[in-house]
Amino acid sequence: MWRFIGLRTLQAIPVILVVITVTFFLVRAAPGGPFSSEKAVSPQVKAALEAQYNLDQPVLQQYFTYLSDLARGDMGPSFRYPGRDVSELILQGLPITAELGLYALLVALVIGTLAGVFAALKPNTLQDYIPMSLSMVGICMPSFLLGPLLVLIFGIGLGWLPVSGWGNAAGDKILPSLTLGAGYAAYIARLSRSGMLEVLSQDYLRTARAKGLPEHVVIAKHALRGGLLPVISFLGPAFAGLLSGSFVVETIFQIPGLGRFYVQAAFNRDYTMILGTTVFLASLIVVFNLLSDVVAAWLNPRLRYQFRK
Amino acid sequence: MSTLKNSTLLIADVEAFPKGVSLWQDGWTRLRKNRLAMLGFFFLALIMFLALITPWIAPYGYEEQNLRLGATPPSAAHWLGTDNFGRDMLTRILYGGRVSLMVGFIATAVALLIGVTYGAIAGYVGGRVDAVMMRLVDILYALPFMIFIILLMVVFGRNLLLLFLAIGAVEWLTMARIVRGQVQSLRQQEYIEAAISIGLGPGAIIRKHVLPNVLGPIIVYTTLTIPNVMLLEAFLSFLGLGIQPPESSWGVLISYGVESMEEYPWLLIFPGLALAMTLFALNFLGDGLRDALDPRTSKD
Repeated sequence: MWRFIGLRTLQAIPVILVVITVTFFLVRAAPGGPFSSEKAVSPQVKAALEAQYNLDQPVLQQYFTYLSDLARGDMGPSFRYPGRDVSELILQGLPITAELGLYALLVALVIGTLAGVFAALKPNTLQDYIPMSLSMVGICMPSFLLGPLLVLIFGIGLGWLPVSGWGNAAGDKILPSLTLGAGYAAYIARLSRSGMLEVLSQDYLRTARAKGLPEHVVIAKHALRGGLLPVISFLGPAFAGLLSGSFVVETIFQIPGLGRFYVQAAFNRDYTMILGTTVFLASLIVVFNLLSDVVAAWLNPRLRYQFRK
Repeated sequence: MSTLKNSTLLIADVEAFPKGVSLWQDGWTRLRKNRLAMLGFFFLALIMFLALITPWIAPYGYEEQNLRLGATPPSAAHWLGTDNFGRDMLTRILYGGRVSLMVGFIATAVALLIGVTYGAIAGYVGGRVDAVMMRLVDILYALPFMIFIILLMVVFGRNLLLLFLAIGAVEWLTMARIVRGQVQSLRQQEYIEAAISIGLGPGAIIRKHVLPNVLGPIIVYTTLTIPNVMLLEAFLSFLGLGIQPPESSWGVLISYGVESMEEYPWLLIFPGLALAMTLFALNFLGDGLRDALDPRTSKD
């Protein structure tokens, strides 16, 4: 197990380095310097600005300066919000996005596994068809459509829930979490259904029933462990999806999280901010993929063997 | 005597066999029984036909504004209503659909081309080359591409060609994996050995003997890639990072619709319906094709 974790971690490090390098040079290759769009500044001011952001050095040197700064957690100052550091802005948005992501994941896991297991217990009956058709709707309904529709129905039409904001009014966290989580709930429902169907036909379940265990114990103790494995492996990629999904959801509901910062930085061409957030989000995704692989390997020893060759 | 008896039996058996059915005929028969998939198939055919003939059937001109009219709900003159500038929504949705579908198909074609070539080479050559090529795919898989596409669109400006390339460059990975796995197992078959023994080169073997046999999974996965690509385009356009006005796509129309959904909900609902129904149709058809052509990887 430790060998697996070690080797898998070694694989993740070059990926993160590639991310940093590619992002850095892409942003540097952007046509037009970050200050070229401003009204003409005197050469002295320009030189001073460039010195402040290290832009007067050769690109390679800038790259190594950036790497060593990054290692110390310093992502440089933001171009657009003078006097504020990128890392400071990221830390400000992170808790909000993390909370949104957590609720969305809870929505996805609870609704998804319940629906999937429920459907798998009576395959090819109404109990199966209804949740599975709903999950097809969930998969085809993009969040940027579902969100506004939910707002239209529950926010504007019925007036039950606030239409935007985060933590300012009672219940304003419900619609964003639902919007972000719904698509994943749908995927998880399908995954857990097929996982459960496979497990339910296994011999060890027949053994469990044969030794007289009540049905709910058979399902809860024996079937769920194997049946929900695909869901665990899905959590890593789902995390990446949740992050990019938060771009849209935070834009729709005007939530001041990381995703909205990213989209705004993209619009403002705030290069240090784009660079910082990209590196941060990408590393986060790589780390979460790593974690979900480790958990999956811990639950399913067969997966560890691909590293034994 | 016993030999003779056996052979007669054999002949009788052979005659009793049903007529040979090719994989494609068999797949088609199975697909036709799947009502949802056929519904998806006909819906897509209709949408594609409408997209092709849009310039001739659109009730109004694409740029035609009627500022005095403003936004109106659906009526006899404007079946799906008009937007803030008095532009006919049906016309806008038809033209937007052309762009959405075009992005879906062209970007998928890019992904198909890269993925199939890459996967076929890796699977056919095998050995160290395969190991290196597939490790590269693993590394690329771990990269968060959504973020990179946004970065690309910001850095190099938002043009359609770049969008095709960026999306295609993301979606080829899974295709490469699928094709490589298939090719690798085909490579062991005797008929490939036979083809090598009569002196056929690797290129010809891949084209003539390998690819036709992996066509099933390729078709299935292609059908399932198109909705992903269309979703990605709509996602980017919704954020304002994809298709730019005056061009429009369903994603752009939805994003406009959201802005004024309180007063004019039809501006959101109709383009949303168009996108959602097309995605539905593609997914149903893709699932149906998977069950029909590639029973081994069917979902349950």
